[in-house]
Amino acid sequence: MSGGRILNVDRLTMRFGGIVAVQDLSFSAEQRKVTALIGPNGAGKTTVFNCITGFYKPTGGAIRLTHDDGRTIALERLNDFRIARQAKVARTFQNIRLFPGMTALENLMVAQHNTLMRASGFTFLGLIGAPTYRSAEKSAIDLATAWLKRVGLLDRADDAAGNLAYGDQRRLEIARAMCTEPALLCLDEPAAGLNARESAALSELLLSIRDEHGTSILLIEHDMSVVMEISDHIVVMDHGVKIAEGTPREVRDDPRVIAAYLGADEEEAMAVMESGS
Amino acid sequence: MDYFAQQLINGLVLGSIYGLIAIGYTMVYGIVGMINFAHGDIFMIGGFIALITFLILVSLGLTAVPVILLVVLLVAMAITALYGWTVERIAYRPLRHSFRLAPMLSAIGMSFVLMNYSQVAQGARVKPIPPLITGGHTLHESADGFVVQLSNVQILVVVTTIVLLSIFTWLVSHTRLGRDMRACEQDQTMAALLGVDVDRTISMTFVIGAALAAVAGLMYLLYYGLVDFFMGFVAGIKAFTAAVLGGIGSLPGAMLGGLAIGLIETFWSAYFSVEYKDVAAFSILIVVLIFMPTGLLGRPEVEKV
Amino acid sequence: MTALPSETMQTSRAAGIPFILKKAFLSALVALVLFSLMIGIRTEAGSDGQLTYWTRFGDLASIVGIVFGGSIVIELLRQWLGPTGAEKLVPPAVQRGLSRAGRLLAPALLIFALLVPVIFYNQRYILDLAILVLTYVMLGWGLNVVVGLAGLLDLGYVAFYAVGAYSYALLATNFGWSFWICLPLAGILAAFWGVMLGFPVLRLRGDYLAIVTLAFGEIIRLVIINWQDLTGGPNGVSGIPRPTLFGIPLDNSDDGLAAKLGIEFSATHRIIFLFYLILALALLTNWVTIRLRRLPIGRAWEALREDEVACRALGINTTTTKLTAFATGAMFGGFAGAFFATRQGFISPESFTFQESALVLAIVVLGGMGSQLGVALAALAMIGGFELFRGLETYRMLVFGMAMVLIMIWRPRGLIGHRAPTVYLTKAQAISSDLVKEGHG
Repeated sequence: MSGGRILNVDRLTMRFGGIVAVQDLSFSAEQRKVTALIGPNGAGKTTVFNCITGFYKPTGGAIRLTHDDGRTIALERLNDFRIARQAKVARTFQNIRLFPGMTALENLMVAQHNTLMRASGFTFLGLIGAPTYRSAEKSAIDLATAWLKRVGLLDRADDAAGNLAYGDQRRLEIARAMCTEPALLCLDEPAAGLNARESAALSELLLSIRDEHGTSILLIEHDMSVVMEISDHIVVMDHGVKIAEGTPREVRDDPRVIAAYLGADEEEAMAVMESGS
Repeated sequence: MDYFAQQLINGLVLGSIYGLIAIGYTMVYGIVGMINFAHGDIFMIGGFIALITFLILVSLGLTAVPVILLVVLLVAMAITALYGWTVERIAYRPLRHSFRLAPMLSAIGMSFVLMNYSQVAQGARVKPIPPLITGGHTLHESADGFVVQLSNVQILVVVTTIVLLSIFTWLVSHTRLGRDMRACEQDQTMAALLGVDVDRTISMTFVIGAALAAVAGLMYLLYYGLVDFFMGFVAGIKAFTAAVLGGIGSLPGAMLGGLAIGLIETFWSAYFSVEYKDVAAFSILIVVLIFMPTGLLGRPEVEKV
Repeated sequence: MTALPSETMQTSRAAGIPFILKKAFLSALVALVLFSLMIGIRTEAGSDGQLTYWTRFGDLASIVGIVFGGSIVIELLRQWLGPTGAEKLVPPAVQRGLSRAGRLLAPALLIFALLVPVIFYNQRYILDLAILVLTYVMLGWGLNVVVGLAGLLDLGYVAFYAVGAYSYALLATNFGWSFWICLPLAGILAAFWGVMLGFPVLRLRGDYLAIVTLAFGEIIRLVIINWQDLTGGPNGVSGIPRPTLFGIPLDNSDDGLAAKLGIEFSATHRIIFLFYLILALALLTNWVTIRLRRLPIGRAWEALREDEVACRALGINTTTTKLTAFATGAMFGGFAGAFFATRQGFISPESFTFQESALVLAIVVLGGMGSQLGVALAALAMIGGFELFRGLETYRMLVFGMAMVLIMIWRPRGLIGHRAPTVYLTKAQAISSDLVKEGHG
């Protein structure tokens, strides 16, 4: 089942003025696997994410996305919204970005914008109430309902997203990203601010997304219990460069990783070491 | 060449007046983050107060021009500053933490109030005054008889602008008030925690902005020799355009934008058509913003993702 | 210096008469300085161009007195009502009742609107006023697409109104084209200009967008004033044909509607026809907007208002989404403009000033951004209120400006501040305005 690489990042460099945020970073993510990007604060992880999802134009390097059918897309050449639409890369944000004044269901409907837009004949068919659009809208609601059920928010479907509890908002954001039916799901600290029980539920959800939907996952996370539990492959960054990569076990025992964390933040270093013991 | 030089002088003088008004827009925007739509009308009020003070002084038998100018300047600045303070107090302060469009609508309302207040109080007709400062200097005379003139009023406008800008720059960079203002610009909550009186600082911003607008009002009165209740609208839009062109929130940008608008307007009138000078100014604003979305000197907005 | 603030704090808590008097005295003092020259002295240019002045100290004294008294009354009211005075003025029960009645209010208003020509058949003044209100309702609904739904601040909406009006006026007077051909053309041309404006502003945000739209409105107006060969300049375009009922004119000629129906001609017929015409146009705007909100494009507009970055992450082309919002809003403005031209029979640049843009924006914001019913109520209140002061010509704008300030302080989120969801599974619940974003554009 598991095939080749879905994402190949080659010598990615991102400079802001004189500051080098990411330097010659190369790594790849396998299809239907969870790849984690970890590192101390300020290591450049979110910058990598923003380059992959098109919010930043990389200063140098290549980002290649390969689909199941062998189609390869150069992400660094696409605009942000085309990356989501054509390359099928979805993402969540470190500080949740839902549409707070819209209901949970509406949030998931917006995620299916491009499908619905085509079905509505770019609005004209929809305006006259064409049956093709009505059936498309119904299946969109069904998909949204299925995801709401999946993340345990079905009873909150008609509540404003901004009214949901923090953990619920995190899960809704993942459901919204999944409604775009992505090939690669990029999650920026999905466990931030969650309690232990919620983190465990999140791990379960992510594993089921990988196994049942065959979606590849790229993950930035500080919660080592989540990272170590669900990652198939871990890439460690520090100061914009890759310092190690491998399986959770390999990374955990790598002295360079421990040194990087010790140098940066004692608490996080402890977390890495504890999860190893 | 001489014609060009003359237009350059005229453009710089007009630009100075726009710049003085633009500073008020940019300061308020920097600190409160709102467009003070009523600022153009504060400028108009400043012009009226200068005119009335001037009339009173002349009727009291004062003839020494420097004394008249100084008194008019001080009275206009003081009373107009109080207008700025009152407007902030009544129309903006209750809406400080409200949603963004509310203070803007309130400001548009306040602009209507001030405009029609002076129409009701002083009548709709244009109010002219005899030229107070006459004479000038011939800078150059070309063979075909074209004379490049620098009038004393023009010198006064430019010199006053430079002096006030120097004082103002010193105020912002060297005094406690300036430091408080910059702190509020960065982060109001943090500034308040560190003991900055945010309310007072914002009030002072409006007071200083209005005082500079009053100076611009006086300069306008001296340069054009008239005021009317509607002049604040057009000048206000131009000055706001100048502030945005220079990069709103940036003080040097406001002055630069003011000069740019003044020069564009003057040169367009001189070489193309007077009728379309405002169209030219607005079009150039749009073109500049297409290529530099935060204006000439504005800090580029880094998108936080 | 340090003792002073704590003292005032204590007195304010004690809420004693000395505090109130002190405050009123200070207010009166401020008023005295503010009004001393502007009201105390009246200037006027004499016939010889010389400026003269006379004093009006009586007026000054009475205004200062009013401020003193008013300050006392306001302070007493504030203490009587407590710190949340504004909330108490409209009790929550009334607010809830209002939102509940909202569902009945809309059909009731619609039925009333349909019956206006029957009830007020012989009252020309009321019919004219009703047509004016409906024109602003339509403009408000049109701008609501841009400001209320897409969250893009447009301060130059009047430009599209002008484009629509001049399109019809010029096509009809130069080529003799009928209103019914020109109406869609006016909408298309306005939408085209909406896209033209949209292109440069796409990258701009917030107040940069505001000034560019304002500048655009001014450019259109100035071009109309100065392009005299085409537009007639400040003199405007006159002799614009009146609309016909699909070719049948509404006049007292032999071909006229009255003659054909065999009834006696009355000028009121045309007014009533115009009334139903604008009512139909406004209802069309409303219907299309409500439909669009439930289509992906409308949801994308609202999502854009809520969070543009998230929209892009979901694969939404924000550029075309913004352009469609501008074009749709502009198109409705163009329709309204064409109607305005045919109703007036004469148009000039004076009808398309920034004040009009401000008025329409005020209607949208006062109505509660995004709420169709709110916009209709706000247009009724604003235009109706404006008419009440018609007698006091010079004070009208003064009162209007004050009302704008007070309304914003009273209800910054507008009359109807909640948002209705566009799709639901079990139950449509109104969403509080505190959650709804206002856009950054």
